Amino acid sequence: MVQVDGHGATASLIQVRGLDKKYKRGSEEIHVLQGLNLDVDQGEFVAFMGPSGSGKTTLLNLLGGLDVPSAGSIVVSGDEITHMSRGKLTEWRARHVGFIFQMYNLIPVLTAYQNVELPLLLTKLSGAERRKHVETALGLVGLADRMRHYPRQLSGGQEQRVAIARAVVSDPTFLLCDEPTGDLDRKSADEIMALIERLVREYRKTVLMVTHDPVVAQRADTTLHLEKGALVEAGQRRRVPAGGVA
Amino acid sequence: MKFRGLIFANLFRKKVRFLLTIGSFAVALLLFTFLAVVKSAFSRGTEIAGADRLIVVSRIGLMQLMPISYRDKILAIPGVKAVTHNHWFGGVYQDEKNFFPQFVIDPEYQRRVMTELVVPDDQWNNFLKDRQGAIAGARTAERFHWKIGDRIPIKTTLYGGSSWQFNLDGIYHSERAGGDESQFWLQWKYFDENAPDAVKSTAGWYVVKLDSPDDAVRVAKAIDEKFANSSFETKTETESAFAAYFVKQFGNIELLILTIGSVVFFTLLLVTGNTMAISVRERTSELAVLKAIGFSGRAVLFFVLAESVIIALLGGFLGLVLAYLAIPVIGLALTGLLPPLILSKSLLTLGLGFALFVGGVSGLLPGIGAMRLRVVNALRRV
Ligand SMILES: Nc1ncnc2c1ncn2[C@@H]1O[C@H](COP(=O)(O)OP(=O)(O)OP(=O)(O)O)[C@@H](O)[C@H]1O
Ligand SMILES: [Mg+2]
Repeated sequence: MVQVDGHGATASLIQVRGLDKKYKRGSEEIHVLQGLNLDVDQGEFVAFMGPSGSGKTTLLNLLGGLDVPSAGSIVVSGDEITHMSRGKLTEWRARHVGFIFQMYNLIPVLTAYQNVELPLLLTKLSGAERRKHVETALGLVGLADRMRHYPRQLSGGQEQRVAIARAVVSDPTFLLCDEPTGDLDRKSADEIMALIERLVREYRKTVLMVTHDPVVAQRADTTLHLEKGALVEAGQRRRVPAGGVA
Repeated sequence: MKFRGLIFANLFRKKVRFLLTIGSFAVALLLFTFLAVVKSAFSRGTEIAGADRLIVVSRIGLMQLMPISYRDKILAIPGVKAVTHNHWFGGVYQDEKNFFPQFVIDPEYQRRVMTELVVPDDQWNNFLKDRQGAIAGARTAERFHWKIGDRIPIKTTLYGGSSWQFNLDGIYHSERAGGDESQFWLQWKYFDENAPDAVKSTAGWYVVKLDSPDDAVRVAKAIDEKFANSSFETKTETESAFAAYFVKQFGNIELLILTIGSVVFFTLLLVTGNTMAISVRERTSELAVLKAIGFSGRAVLFFVLAESVIIALLGGFLGLVLAYLAIPVIGLALTGLLPPLILSKSLLTLGLGFALFVGGVSGLLPGIGAMRLRVVNALRRV
């Protein structure tokens, strides 16, 4: 169950309580997140929506341990991450988080294979074991035949699939996707979403995704809206009216 | 190393820039090595000077002559093992540009004083029997393709413009690496007979061999005291002090070389530092992604440092190879103008160390920047 009232079961995978994030811009202070609560269980697929500047990226960055909140707590499978040292947090990210960005953010000088291998370089796996994992991940996203290609030799949709392979190759606890289809046409977006959905349904991945696109959000189990620095439930799966398609 | 792929992919990211940076390292190293070799050539006289030798010159100046009778008087001073005396002959062989130093020597003691300059006994004995005999350093003999038995005419400019004839009886080698093998020795007796009256029965300077280096100060003082208040007062110094004084005649070479060297150093540092800074800045978002994935700040610093150090080593190595090939050629072209140029192993090591240092330092600042990079800000900038 996804809950936003701060009363989720203690057993939930992700527990956010009273999350606050303020930015200082000169003398002005922006209070982006204000006492945000969230509970997400293992295997759930959550979409975040909200107007530009509402704090969606900020929220994902906090959940992914890329940034620290001004107040509040984030517990992921028992680990309180808001008080971790920077070094600890880096290790924690390597183990638990898979990132998927709007701009794919592949390393242009590395092949698809090498890009996907990156997270595994931080593990103790041998070269042969890494190869097995990379091949599996690239096979999963349907790019087994593009391993030697460089990002510039791939289409946007293919690049994003490589990025997804990179995000899942080390089998992280959850995936964070910030507008994964934001830069893609409808068809490629559909393919990417089908892939992400498959990760949830077949592989029981937990996915938290930001999107502007209601059609994309429709794929998620739950869509949450970011309003005035807190999350409100917008609807359950399939309950977005068909007419809402942009 | 499993990060090899990542590091090398980044190295070759911009091939032209990569080659240019390596090129600037290579050129700088070539220049650096050349300067170091010239500097060591000039200071070598001081370094290899015998600690147990004194040079006695006239108090008035280097070119002022002293009576030949001083030889026996110096020999009588306790602590003196042997004395030889020299004149600067200052002749010209065929052409002005064929310069090499010619010394009038005292055959009796020369070998006992200049022990490191070795002539085979049979050659030396022929020389002793031959009034017009001459001994040449191996380097000079090689330079003019002289063989033993050759007749060598040398035109003097100091002692009445005519040409003197010599027979090459022997060739000396220096036992010490970097020793001077360019001299040309002729006999004092032959010189004395043919020299103008004003020069007869004189010596240009004396070289004194001591029983022990510990006696240097005492014996030098004793020599100068002995001739004090005479019409030819002396000034006695250790050979190394004399060599240092001699190098100073060329002007402050050390300072000049040090200045040029520092300019080269800082230019290289700025060029490579700037290149590394640019190359890191243009992949800020990639570095941020690496950190998001879980690479630590230290790992990122390591990648940047590894890159600049590899560039430095490649460029440095190339520069040293160039120096290794070029310096003998340059040295040959400068024969007579400069002491022999020797590229020693320690200089090569020093050069590589220099490259490594510049590589490390120039990678350090951008590397620390990458290490401190805040992922969130860096990704937002995309
Ligand atoms: N480092 C920062 N310093 C100051 N203000 C910031 C910083 N990062 C974000 N903000 C501000 O916080 C607010 C939320 O930003 P955020 O990027 O989370 O919005 P978003 O919901 O992801 O928007 P979009 O849909 O455009 O991506 C914005 O007003 C933004 O200007
Ligand atoms: Mg955003």
